[in-house]
Amino acid sequence: MTQTSEYTPKTSTGRIANFVNERTGAAGMVKEFGRKVFPDHWSFMFGEVALYSFVILLLSGTFLTFFFDPSMAETHYDGSYIPLRGVEMSVAYESSLAISFDVRGGLFMRQVHHWSALLFVAGMSVHMLRIFFTGAFRRPRELNWVVGGVLLILGMAAGFTGYSLPDDLLSGNGLRIIDGVIKAIPVVGTYISFFLFGGEFPGTAIIGRLYMLHILLVPALILLMIVLHLMMVVIHKHTQYPGPGRTENNVVGFPVGPVYAAKAGGFFFVVFGVVAFISALFTINPIWNYGPYDPSPVSAGTQPDWYIGWVDGALRLMPGVLGDFSFERNVALPWGENTFVFNVLLPALGPAMLILGLMFTWPWIERWITKDNREHHLLDRPRNAPFRTAVGVAGVVFYCTTWAAASSDLIATHFHVSLNDVTYWLRTIFIVGPFIAFWITRRICLSLQRKDRETVLHGREAGIIIMSPEGGFTEKHEPLNEYKRWRLVSFDTPVYVPAQPDEDGKITKQEKRRAKWSKFFLEDRVAPVTPAELEAAHHHHEVEGGDEPKALGH
Amino acid sequence: MKALSQRRRSPLAVFALLVIGLMVTGGLYAVAAGSVSEAKAAEGSQATVGNAENGQKLFAANCATCHGLSAEGSNSGPSLVGVGAASVDFQVGTGRMPMQMQGPQAQAKPAQFDEQQTSDLASYVASLGAGPAIPSEEELDTKSVSDEDLAEGGAIFRVNCAMCHNAAAAGGALTRGKFAPTLSGVTEKHIYEAMVTGPQNMPVFNDSNITPEEKTQVIAYLKQLETQGSPGGNALGSLGPVAEGLFIWTAGLGLMVAFTIWITSRHA
Repeated sequence: MTQTSEYTPKTSTGRIANFVNERTGAAGMVKEFGRKVFPDHWSFMFGEVALYSFVILLLSGTFLTFFFDPSMAETHYDGSYIPLRGVEMSVAYESSLAISFDVRGGLFMRQVHHWSALLFVAGMSVHMLRIFFTGAFRRPRELNWVVGGVLLILGMAAGFTGYSLPDDLLSGNGLRIIDGVIKAIPVVGTYISFFLFGGEFPGTAIIGRLYMLHILLVPALILLMIVLHLMMVVIHKHTQYPGPGRTENNVVGFPVGPVYAAKAGGFFFVVFGVVAFISALFTINPIWNYGPYDPSPVSAGTQPDWYIGWVDGALRLMPGVLGDFSFERNVALPWGENTFVFNVLLPALGPAMLILGLMFTWPWIERWITKDNREHHLLDRPRNAPFRTAVGVAGVVFYCTTWAAASSDLIATHFHVSLNDVTYWLRTIFIVGPFIAFWITRRICLSLQRKDRETVLHGREAGIIIMSPEGGFTEKHEPLNEYKRWRLVSFDTPVYVPAQPDEDGKITKQEKRRAKWSKFFLEDRVAPVTPAELEAAHHHHEVEGGDEPKALGH
Repeated sequence: MKALSQRRRSPLAVFALLVIGLMVTGGLYAVAAGSVSEAKAAEGSQATVGNAENGQKLFAANCATCHGLSAEGSNSGPSLVGVGAASVDFQVGTGRMPMQMQGPQAQAKPAQFDEQQTSDLASYVASLGAGPAIPSEEELDTKSVSDEDLAEGGAIFRVNCAMCHNAAAAGGALTRGKFAPTLSGVTEKHIYEAMVTGPQNMPVFNDSNITPEEKTQVIAYLKQLETQGSPGGNALGSLGPVAEGLFIWTAGLGLMVAFTIWITSRHA
C-alpha cells in the first residue's frame, strides 16, 4: 500500500491520471491494449466500416427518438408537405413526416440513419466475405465467425424493424409480406400472426412493438455481440496475409497506441463524412411519396431494403403451380385438415436456411473434410484454397440470383425485356448457376496456382525476346525477388485424406462419406513449390544461362 | 504557352484533353438541342379546331393499313369506331400512333403529326361514333385545385394508379414486356385522356369511377410532384430500395474501399 503513494506526479494531468490509475488500475489495461499489434491491409477495414456505421446509427437514431411517436392512433396531417395536406394517417407516419419537413435537420438525420443502416449491413457482408475467402474463420476463430453471423442476422432484424416504423405504404407492404409468411407456417402460423399484431393485420399494436424491438432489444443484443466479437479479436490476435517475416506465431504490424488509435479514430470520421455526404445529396426512403399505409394499395417497385431483398426475390421466383401440381396442399392431420402453403413457405425459409445454415457450420464442415485441426493465423490467398473459394462463389451466385429476382420488375423495365423471361432465366440460374460457378471458380483457382508455380520456378516474363545464333527466338525470364517469391510459395493447401480406420481398425460409414467429400473437394490440387524444386529450377537456369551473351545480362 | 506545351506529355494531359473534348461536344450539343426545342415550343400551342375532311385523308394515308379504310379494324389493329377524339389525341399526340412496330405495346416517341393534323384526325374519328371527347380547359385547370383536394388526388392515385405507375409515378413493369410508363413530363391533357380512354394495357377510369373533378385532382397531385422536386436531394430515379441498395453497394462501398486503401497505404 505504501508503494503506490511513493510516486508523486508533477503535472496536473499526471495527477489526474495517477488518481484514476490508483483506483482502477487502468494503466495496465492501456499498456496491454495499447501495445496490441494489428497488421495493415485495406481489406481488414470493412469490420471497422460496419462498427462505425453502427456508432452513427446509435447517434442519429437517438436524435430520431426525440421526435418519433410510435402510435398507430389516427390523425389528419396538417404539416408543411402540401401533397399530403389533410390526409388521414397514423401518428407514427405523421411524426415521421414532421421529422422530415418540420424538425430542423430532421430529414438529414433520417437520411443519415437510413444510409448508415444500409452501409452497416453492407460493411458486415463484405467483411464476412473477406473472412470467408481468406480462411480467417479457421481454428481458433470459429466461435467468432459464429458471433459475426449472429451480428449479420441481428443487423437484418434491426433494419427490418426500423424499415417498418414510419408506417408508410412501402413499409406496410413489407409487413404484409412478413405477415403472409408467418401465416404460411403450418398449424401455428395464424396464432403467431395474431399474437404479433395483436389481432388481425395490421391492428393497432405492431408499430409500438417493433419500435421497442428496434430501439431496445436488437441494439442491445448487437452491442453485446460487438463486445464479444472485439474481445475475441483481442484474445485471438489479428490474422495476417503471408509475407516475409510473418509466421503463425507472430503478428507483423503497428501497435494500437499511437498508430491505430489515430488511424481508426480518423477512419471513424471518414465513414461519418462519407455517410453525411451521401445523406446530404441523395434521398433515401422518400416516405412522403408512398403515402400513409392502407392495406388496399400496393405500389409498383415495392421492395425491401437490399439486405432483405434476397428473401423477397426467392418469393418472386417461386412458381405457384408446376404443371398440374399445386404447391398449396391440404394435408390431413390427426386433428383435421390443414393447408400447407409451400409456395410461400419454401422460398421464404428454404434459401435463408440453406445459406445461413451453411454459413454457420462451414468452419466445422471444412475441418471435417480436410481433417485440419491446426491453428491458423496466416490467411489464405483465395486461389490457394480452390475448394473453399469455389463453394463461396457458388454461394455468392445463389445469393445474387435471388437478390436480382427482387428487382425483376426494374430489370424488365430498364433493359426492355419481358418480366416473365427475367423470371424464367433467374429460375434457371437459381438452380444451375451455383454448380457452374463452383466448377468455373475451381478451375480458375487451379490455373492461377499453376501460373504462380511457373512464375516461381521460371521467373516472370521480362518482355525481352532473344534471338539465338541459330535463329531461334526465346523470351527472357527474370527471377522474382525474394519478397515477391515468398508470397507465392509460403502457403499450404489441404490434401485429399483417404478414409482412415478408427481405433478398432474399422472404417466407419461416416468416415467413408468424409473421404468421398474430401476426394471431391481436394483431389485436384496444385502443390506449393518446395525448396528442393526451387533449387533444381535455379540450377537448371544457371546451366542454360551460361550460354547467354553477357551483353544482354542484367 | 511554353509551360503548357511542356506539360503535354504529362499523364494527366490525356484526361485533360478528354475532359475538354467532352465539354466542348456536350456544350455544343446542349446549345443546339436547346435552340431546337425552343423553336418547337414557339410553333404551336394555340387551340386548334379539327377538320374531319382533312382528317379522313390523313387517316387513309397513315392509319388505314392497320385500322382499315373506314376505321373498321383489321387483324393488325382494332376498330376505331367509338373510341372518341380523346383516344386519337392521346395516341397520336404522344407519338404512340402511328406505331413504329408491332410489339407488346406502342411506345411514346416524338409526335409525327402537328397539332392541326392531330385534331383533324381526332375529329374524323370522333365523327365515326360517340366516344370520350378531348378534355376542356376547365377540366385541366389544376391551378384552382386546393391543397386538400390535391392531397385527395394523391390518395386516389395511390389506390388506383400506383400499383402500375409506382407511388412516385416513376413507372413500373407489367407482364410479358409491357410496362406502365413514367408520368413525369406527360402533359395534363394526355394524363386526363389516358384515364378516360385506357390506352394500351391501362384500364378505363370512367366518370362514375373517378369523377372529372377527381381526375383534375389526380393531375394536380402529379404536377405538384413534378414541380416541387425532391426534398431530400437526388431521388435516384424514385425507384425505391433497389436503387438505394445499388447506390450504397457501388458508390458508398466504392468510396469506402478507396479510403481504406488510402489509409492503409500510409505507414507510420
